Amino acid sequence: MPEPQEPQAAATAPNSPDAGPAAGAAVPSQGAPVAVAVAEAGPAPGRPRSLWSDAWHDLRRRPSFVIPALIILLLLVIAVFPGWFTSASPRAADLTNHYLQKPQLTHFFSPEWLGYNQQGQSVYARIIYGTRASIVIGLSVTVLVMIFGSLVGMLAGYFGGWVDTVLSRLTDIFLGIPFLLGTMVILVSFDTRSEWTVTLALAFLGWTTIARVMRGSVIAVKQADYVAAARSLGAGTWRILMRHILPNAVAPVIVVGMVALGGYITAEAVLSFLGIGLSDPAISWGADINRAQERIRNAPHILLYPSILLSITILSFLMLGDAVRDALDPKLR
Amino acid sequence: MSIEMTKAEVPGVPLLEVRDLHVEFHTRDGAAKAVNGVSYTVDAGETLAVLGESGSGKSVTAQTIMGILDTPPGKVTGGQVLFRGEDLLTMSEQERRRVRGDKIAMIFQDALSALNPVLSVGYQLGELFRVHRGMSRREARAKAVELMDRVRIPAAKERVNDYPHQFSGGMRQRIMIAMALALEPDVIIADEPTTALDVTVQAQVMDLLAELQRDFHMGLILITHDLGVVADVADKIAVMYAGRIVENAPVHELYKRPAHPYTRGLLDSIPRLDHKGKELYAIKGLPPSLTAIPSGCAFNPRCTQARDVCRSEIPPLLDVTEPDGTPIGGRTSACHFWKETIHG
Repeated sequence: MPEPQEPQAAATAPNSPDAGPAAGAAVPSQGAPVAVAVAEAGPAPGRPRSLWSDAWHDLRRRPSFVIPALIILLLLVIAVFPGWFTSASPRAADLTNHYLQKPQLTHFFSPEWLGYNQQGQSVYARIIYGTRASIVIGLSVTVLVMIFGSLVGMLAGYFGGWVDTVLSRLTDIFLGIPFLLGTMVILVSFDTRSEWTVTLALAFLGWTTIARVMRGSVIAVKQADYVAAARSLGAGTWRILMRHILPNAVAPVIVVGMVALGGYITAEAVLSFLGIGLSDPAISWGADINRAQERIRNAPHILLYPSILLSITILSFLMLGDAVRDALDPKLR
Repeated sequence: MSIEMTKAEVPGVPLLEVRDLHVEFHTRDGAAKAVNGVSYTVDAGETLAVLGESGSGKSVTAQTIMGILDTPPGKVTGGQVLFRGEDLLTMSEQERRRVRGDKIAMIFQDALSALNPVLSVGYQLGELFRVHRGMSRREARAKAVELMDRVRIPAAKERVNDYPHQFSGGMRQRIMIAMALALEPDVIIADEPTTALDVTVQAQVMDLLAELQRDFHMGLILITHDLGVVADVADKIAVMYAGRIVENAPVHELYKRPAHPYTRGLLDSIPRLDHKGKELYAIKGLPPSLTAIPSGCAFNPRCTQARDVCRSEIPPLLDVTEPDGTPIGGRTSACHFWKETIHG
């Protein structure tokens, strides 16, 4: 999607310093176009406000946006630089650190802080290093799904007729495949599963919702007078699609994408929990939770901490998606 | 033959001519005949007002000229749209796109919905120059400011980056006018340009439009249902009813002595000061459904003068003459009994 929201870039101007980190956090989860736009926003006071800058203005004073945004920003930093947060290696196994030892909850950020697992690995280091898998998979599935789903939905919605019939039935077929079961079937056929294998499997079955939302949105937008006006002034199909339809139709898709992001992280964890997500020795919350369940009665901390972090992450993305939806939907104001 | 080659005015060939146009819409109840053999011409510097109530086919005709009719469900079933003698309807989509905006432009009724809410007005104005003239962003923006000045938007330079919702209704309509004027087209179609505005602003916008039309020596097709708007600006009027033109007349002639019962009904429905306190006249009945247009004259069920021949024979456009038989220039009426109507 080649940055269709140009005015937004110009208009997201009133970036107060305190809102800065929140912007950064919102960026990657919104998918490509918004990322470009917000990143380019320079200081230009007094610039006019578009729908997007209105939304931004609204969002940055909402706790339900700022808090999850800050958490997500932190998670992103953890995912990129896990070494900043722990000195321990997540793979170093020392059986003298027995898993039945109680976590040293006062030793903040030390390897023994959250205790050790059955193999004498630091639970804290494991969850720090496990962040990357969740975030990377969640984000890349969302980006892929948004690009592909939007494309399919836009073509179906704009051209209608047999194009719509073919693409919509194709969407229906994919929608008919149960999401988790389908990805399981796909993933089982791979011997080793990297982050990319899991991402592609999830994206392969995940794009349908976006395509449907985009199709509906485009059908609504293409009947707008400004599309007829653009056509009556000689604009070509491509220009109409990219400049006039996409920017007006993309808001619901972004919202659905952000809410779905939490779902993709869950899906990754579930798959890893079932042992068909990332294959060893990849570090993933889901896989760790799986291994922890056999010791849940005498060492619940091994299960507890990755679960807490997983829940916080998913909740943050869901809340962020909700807040963005409220900001972009004028009817909910 | 390319458009460029015929750019000069060809004597004897009207600038824009609609010839016996038929348009249908496919609906569940069968074909809705929105336009049934409409013909009119516009020359450079001339204003034609197309008058009619909702559903009379005036906007559909305009959309067909512009080539922005939704097909399907719309379908042009016959006729020609000639621009400088060339039929637009048989052109390839690519050729047509070059005509749109550049040679023929359109002003929409509701400027708020006709401007893209997520793009600044400067961008939308500049887009025209970039698409049609291949200008750079910077040049296009400068042109946009120039145009906004031309349609008298105060502080155009500061407002060029504003978004449509930040302008008032009148200003938005001026921006629509600026967009239509941008490439100095030969013909402008204004589809109820003032309907969405309040009365004081209506006059300003109409004056601006008339002035610009004079300056650029354009042909203007003014589509409206408002007789008051028409009186000051139009040169000639075509009255439409149920997809047909029922009367053609120079503007003052039409007001003075209508030659069709429908036109007379419209004129009688205008509130007048000397009728204060009395009930306002209204044409009885409703416009016909376009899927079931009455046989004969489409107006016959509502007409006070209808006779048997009106229910069986479709009246063609007949030349209207003075009682002594001297022709009146440019006057036609599709009424079997135009003589009675005009001369009483």
